[in-house]
Amino acid sequence: MTAVTANDVSLSWYEASARQRIDALVDAGSFCEFIGPELREISPHLSIFDLPAQFDDGIVIGRGRLDGASVLVAAQEGRFMGGAFGEVHGAKLTGLLRAARTLKQDVVILFDSGGVRLQEANAGELAIAEIMRAVIEARRARVNVVGLIGGRAGCYGGGSLIAGTCSRLIISEQGRLSVSGPEVIETNKGIEEFDSRDRALVWRTMGGKHRYLIGGADAFVEDEALAFRQAAIAALGAKRGCNAAALEAEQKRLERRLQRFGEVEDAIEIWQTLGIDDPTDVPALPTGAFLRAANDRENADDAR
Amino acid sequence: MEKLSFRLSAPKRAGGTRTQAIVGVVASGNLEVLLERASPADTCTIDIATAANGFGAVWDAVVRDFVARRSAGGLRISINDGGARPDTVALRLAQGVRKIEEPER
Repeated sequence: MTAVTANDVSLSWYEASARQRIDALVDAGSFCEFIGPELREISPHLSIFDLPAQFDDGIVIGRGRLDGASVLVAAQEGRFMGGAFGEVHGAKLTGLLRAARTLKQDVVILFDSGGVRLQEANAGELAIAEIMRAVIEARRARVNVVGLIGGRAGCYGGGSLIAGTCSRLIISEQGRLSVSGPEVIETNKGIEEFDSRDRALVWRTMGGKHRYLIGGADAFVEDEALAFRQAAIAALGAKRGCNAAALEAEQKRLERRLQRFGEVEDAIEIWQTLGIDDPTDVPALPTGAFLRAANDRENADDAR
Repeated sequence: MEKLSFRLSAPKRAGGTRTQAIVGVVASGNLEVLLERASPADTCTIDIATAANGFGAVWDAVVRDFVARRSAGGLRISINDGGARPDTVALRLAQGVRKIEEPER
């Protein structure tokens, strides 16, 4: 038994790279990478578009220890092609999740993704489907799959669908979680529907605080690697398994939520309905005060 | 895309025992540098794939300066470049050597 080496690295999750996040997340020095950059498993598609590749195709996978327990870890690099899923990128995550099921080891996914890489969209979409299936199959084998969201690219498109299948989600204020990104909504529905340049609107519609308040995420943490580490350790202790009863309860919860908030025009109205005293102050609240104000948030416990 | 290769004689051998190191990411104005111990101890090879065509002379100057100043002997360096400026390239190369020379935990 290896002694646990606590990790007390202080680091902004939002600013950090995928490799820095992993190093700060797991027990100090415990990470061992699979299919590292030296193997040069690069995208077979990007060169066709005359685009530069990255040796790890924008995702780092491997094994580390969290508070002494062995876990499998995947971290997307949001700065390389917006952390988007391509063929190799997706295959690495699928393989890791299938290994998790076989080895009965929990998985932590560090999301930082705009969705599917448009240059290899078919392969990317297939990868999303394979990953979602692999997450569910791992969970049915009583493996916990925990998602961490707090990166620059947020967690959008196919990334958000995968996040929706996870056992637990941990999010920071900077983390954004949504199927369609701000620009996509504006392009398709018009600027009257959604002004993607209105940052306050983007954050109060897709940001971590709102997602936590409406039960879209299970834990809300400071933009700090240590906070993500502690929340991940706690989340891995959560209830295991995934069955029809859990999915039916989740479906009911979403129906109730839609009934309660479906007619609402803006997030602030939702926060008001939740009974938050000064809903317009929510974006400015520091973490501690926010968590106290969020006491009556929408329940996320039936979820997942 | 343009591919460039250099094989330079290096006055100083890279220290440390790590077999590889990687720094940076491929993004606009940024690059990743993968360092491996593969060349003979008095040689440094550098392979570059860059998104910016036509800057061979600038790369030549930057990598020669790097090999002359830093301990790059015995390294095989591979670069994926997203159009980084020469100062960023020099910085990443220096970070890379420092990282491969770090003591192992």
